[in-house]
Order: sequence, then C-alpha cells, then structure tokens
Amino acid sequence: MADNTSKSPAVQQAREAHWSRTRNLTIVVLAIWAIFALIVHLFAGGLNQISFIGFPLGYYLAVQGSLAIFVILIFVHNKMQDRIDDEAGLEG
Amino acid sequence: MAEDKPRDFINNLPKIYGMYTGGFIVFIIIMAILEQMGVGADTIGILFVAFTVFIYAAIGWLSRTMNVGAYYVAGREVPPVFNGMATAADWMSGASFVALAGGIYFGGHGYLAFVVGWTGGYVLVNSLMAPYLRKFGCYTVPDFIGTRYGGNLARFVAVIILFVASFTYVTAQINASGTIAARALHIPFEFGVWFGLLGILLCSMLGGMRAVTWTQVAQYIVLIIAYLVPVIWMSNVQGFGIIPHFGYGEAVQRIAELEAQWNVGMAATADPGVGGVRVLTTLHNDPAGGMASWKFFTLALCMMTGTASLPHILMRYFTTPSVRDARKSVSWSLFFIFLLYFTAPALATLTKLQILDPNLATGIIGDSIAEVQSLAWVQNWADVGFLAVADGNGDGILQVNEFFMRPDIVVLATPEIAGLPYVISGLVAAGGMAAAMSTADGLLLAIANALSHDLYYKIIDPNADTRKRLIVARVLLIGIGILAALVASLRLTGILGAVAWAFDFAASGLFFPLVLGVWWKRANRAGAVAGMICGFLAGSLYLYYIRFAGGAEWFGIDHLRFAIIGMPVSLVAMVVVSLATEPPPKEIQDMVDEVRDPTGRAILDKTH
Repeated sequence: MADNTSKSPAVQQAREAHWSRTRNLTIVVLAIWAIFALIVHLFAGGLNQISFIGFPLGYYLAVQGSLAIFVILIFVHNKMQDRIDDEAGLEG
Repeated sequence: MAEDKPRDFINNLPKIYGMYTGGFIVFIIIMAILEQMGVGADTIGILFVAFTVFIYAAIGWLSRTMNVGAYYVAGREVPPVFNGMATAADWMSGASFVALAGGIYFGGHGYLAFVVGWTGGYVLVNSLMAPYLRKFGCYTVPDFIGTRYGGNLARFVAVIILFVASFTYVTAQINASGTIAARALHIPFEFGVWFGLLGILLCSMLGGMRAVTWTQVAQYIVLIIAYLVPVIWMSNVQGFGIIPHFGYGEAVQRIAELEAQWNVGMAATADPGVGGVRVLTTLHNDPAGGMASWKFFTLALCMMTGTASLPHILMRYFTTPSVRDARKSVSWSLFFIFLLYFTAPALATLTKLQILDPNLATGIIGDSIAEVQSLAWVQNWADVGFLAVADGNGDGILQVNEFFMRPDIVVLATPEIAGLPYVISGLVAAGGMAAAMSTADGLLLAIANALSHDLYYKIIDPNADTRKRLIVARVLLIGIGILAALVASLRLTGILGAVAWAFDFAASGLFFPLVLGVWWKRANRAGAVAGMICGFLAGSLYLYYIRFAGGAEWFGIDHLRFAIIGMPVSLVAMVVVSLATEPPPKEIQDMVDEVRDPTGRAILDKTH
C-alpha cells in the first residue's frame, strides 16, 4: 500500500480539487460521447436529407463522422486532463 | 532484446520497426517479381503466410523471459505509440479484418452499429478505466477487483467472468486463423487450426506479455498494410479516386438508385447448393427509424461497454511506464483502429457498386448467367463454396437475388474482382492471419494470466516462487490454447455471433464493478460480488432463454445485445447491496483516493 497515511491536509485539499475538476471534465466528455455514439444515430433517417461532402449526413456520421470525433475527443480530453494534473502539481 | 540492455531496445524501437516495415515491403516486391516470373499463386500464398508467421515466432523467441514483471506486464516500459499499435492488433480480430466489410455489405445501416460501437468504446476506456487501472498497478483485471473489494470470492467471480467472455472470443479467433491457414497452405481445416495455435503459442509462451506486445506491433504493421493497399489500389484501378475514403458519397447515392432498379430486397428463390452464402436483401443506407433505431442504439451501447470491460484490452494499458502514458496510448490505439474502421465501409460500398453497376466493367447483375459463370474470379470462389450463381426465375439473366456469396468474400476477393495481381491476395491472407493471431494471443494470455496469477498465486499457493509461477502460467497457456483449438475444430458457432457474445458477457458482469470501483467510494465487496454474479447470470440466462430455450425476445433485444438485460441488473444489484451493507473500510477508501491521484507509486507495487 502506498504511503497515504502521511498525506498532509494541503495535499488532501489539492487532491480533492483535482478530482472535482477531473470528474467535471469526464462528465463533459461522456456527454459528447453519448451524443455522437448513440443519440445522433437515432435520427439518421432525418439527417440523411442533409448532404455532407457528397454523403447523406446520417450515413456519414456512422461510417466516418462519429469515429473521427471519438479520436479527436480522446486526444483533446487527454490534453486537458494533463493540464488539470499539472496545475494540481500532480503530473503523471 | 537481451535482458541487460532493455533501454537500448526501447530507444531503438522506431528504427527497429521502421526496418521491419521496409523489409516487409521488400518482401511484397519480391513476391510480385516472382509472380511476374511465373511462380504459381499457391506458392505465393504459402510464402506470405509462412514467412510472416515465422517472423512473429522469431520475435516471440527473442522476447523470452523469466522475469515476472516482464511476463505479466512487459516490464511496464512500452512507449504509448507502440502500445497503441499493439492494442490495435490485439483489438482487431480475424472477424474485424475479414468479416467487417462483408457485414456492412449485407447488413446495411443496422450493421454500422458495430463500427460505431467498436470505436466509441475507447472513449469509455480512456475516461473511466485505463488511467486508473494503470495507477493501481495490477497484473490482471481480476487483480484490480480482488484488491479494490478485497476477498477471494470477488477475485474468483471476476476470474470466472473473464474466462467465459474471453474463451468464447478466443475460439472464434483460432477458428479464423485455422480457416486462413487452411486456405493459404492448402491443408485441411483441422490441421489449419493446430498450425494456427502453434504460431499463436510460439508468440506468447516464452515471453508472456512482453513477447505478445512486440509481436502485436509487428502484426499491426502487416495487417494495416494488407487492409489499406488493396482498397487504395482497387480505387485507383477502378477510377474511384486516389484515396477512396472521402469521395464515395456519390457511390452511396448511386447504389440507392441501383437498388431501386434491381429490386434489392427480394428473397432468394433458388437453392444455391452450398451453405453459408446469402443474397443481398438489405438496402445499403436505410435507417428505418423506430425498432431499427432502437436496435442500433442497443447494439452500439453493448459493444462500447463491452470494449471497456474486456480484460485482454484493459491489460494492454498496464504495460505503459506511467498513468499519463496509459492515457496517451489509448488515444493512439483508437487512431490506429480508426485507420481500418473507416476503410471498411468504403470497401463495402465500392465493392457493392462494382457488382451492381452495369455501367462499370465489373458489374455483373443484369448480365447473362453464362457470361458471369465464365468470369475467372466467380469460378475461383465458386470452386471453394464461397459464392454461387443460381438462376431462380430461369430467364438466363443474373438478378440480384440470384447471386449468392459469403460475407468474408468482400475482403478476400476484392483484389480479384478489381483484377489486381495475385500478390495482393497473398498479402490479404497474411493480414487476416496477423489479425486473428494477435487477438488470439492477447485473449489466451488474459485467460492464462488470470488463472495463474489470481487463481493459483493469489488464492491457491501465495508462497509459490517466481520460477514456479511462470511455469504454471505457461502450462496453463498451452492447456487453454489446446482446449480452445479443440472447441474451434468442432465448428460450433459462426465467427461473428461468438464475438458479440464476448462483449455482452464482459459488459454484463464486469462493467459496473470496474467503473464503480474507481468512481464510487461507497461500493463495497458485497455489492461488487452481487453486481458481478447477478449481472452475469441475468445476461447469460436471457441468452439461454432466447437462443436455446425458444423464448420470445423482449423489446427486440436479441442474442447480440443481451448485455442490455445484464448491465442494469448488475448496476441495481451492486448499488442496492452496497448501500444495504457496511461501507468499505477506511484503508480501502484511502486506496480509491490514491488511485485517482495520477502521481506517486502504484498501489500494488509492494505486494507483487
């Protein structure tokens, strides 16, 4: 077990602030995930009426759009999480 | 890869794999030259599969180790980009490589839920699991469950669920590697299975996770080249653009016109005479709404939560040097997976257009049956039972419901349909083999490590010395491999059904106990055990009820998405039982705080 008994109140406080920022960021990420992973595809029929670079939009989202958003989302999420860690003095 | 100079090896990785990639390209060119000189297609196929499998085995041999940390977590020194490639190979199975494009070809919009689900799951892996499990410092997934919740029962239940989920998956992979080996080497399927297993074991037995990591990187390079080269080449030959991925929107719309012209949707009227082949009946892009939307939603959700619970994926993130590197390697994993997943729909669409469109030279629907039957690629694949033409209405013209094929053929026959040289078909076989082997390796290791570390070392004999632990781990690996090959040679299920089941089993039993272990301090042992057992049993019983006991599906929840039943049961059981019993002790709550802090030593550092 790591030495968590020796954590000073200051460290405890920094950790709590760090965790609440981490949790908020995670909630935002999961909301974006839910929209592009689940919600938009419920409306694929309607979105197909819109044309996007030659594709019906609903179809495009399922074959490329959502996938690309997931990739970008993870890279951006990690950048922001790194910043949260650094600002809390907890660089991993 | 000598034990005494690991740093040199890590620093030189880009150079080593750069040379490896260059060597592989030179090999492809040599094969192309041999083909021009008149060497037969069969010989080229054999050379491709045999040469690549030999390379993987050599990497496995060079990575041999008697060090526990190297065996279980590759010494925790895998750089993020390379771990990303290894995870991508670990992830993309024989089914992804061979069957995904065919599934899209036949399944239309509904099937795209797999494409979305098998990529979107990584957002969950990254935000909920990987960094925290890495900080924990466990060797296996049940190791986390066992330490976070305490007690052998929780650990044991996690091992059981891991075993069921991974074993259903690994038989499908060994089956796939056997099929490919059998076709490429011209040996019976039963021998192909054992040849595949031998290659898989050579990659993993001597060096455990370290050997699997470095072979998986090599396998990723082969499989991605083998997937992209034929598609891009085909696109250039057929005039679909230099890079087909962004310009096939028109093809999607043209297919919709052709589907109306050819009446796609008619059931087959003739008997094809061979099993496993089907005609195209689903429209390419027709999200019907209502029940179809619900089916898309539930399937995508099951595949995503399953991704975030499958131990062979999660354990790849135990191998990075730090928490930050674990996160970084998730982003690279998804990037490398994305390269294949956004190519598959392009391939499916362009192949369909080539077959349906009478304005293209390759179009066959609407041609005379005799003409189609005289095409070389049609004959080749009809000979091996992958394709059949049967004139249902007897008018001598090929209708869309008279052309039967197996879904796998979309990837396997692309080079031939587009008239590419045989060397490309050999490359595709090598890619499929790499995909099936890498996933089988990861799965076998996940199972054997859980049994050797969690069951043997942690529960049965905590005093076992290093040598004994590693010998037990290897004996189990061989034993599980043989068992899986025996089951695979019985050919019990189709490849894809079993793959989706693995995700549902894992999501039903492990998703909430893993997530809440980090995200809910109040979760305790009784709750976790209840969540695992109730979720897993509910999902499994529902699967049994609809699949084998003849029960009616509830709300369209079929056997591919039974985690929709298992997961809520797991969540409710876990929360209710946790709240009804004592909160976890102070040191466990402190441990959770420690897991959330990305700095400092891993929790389990001292106990291993």
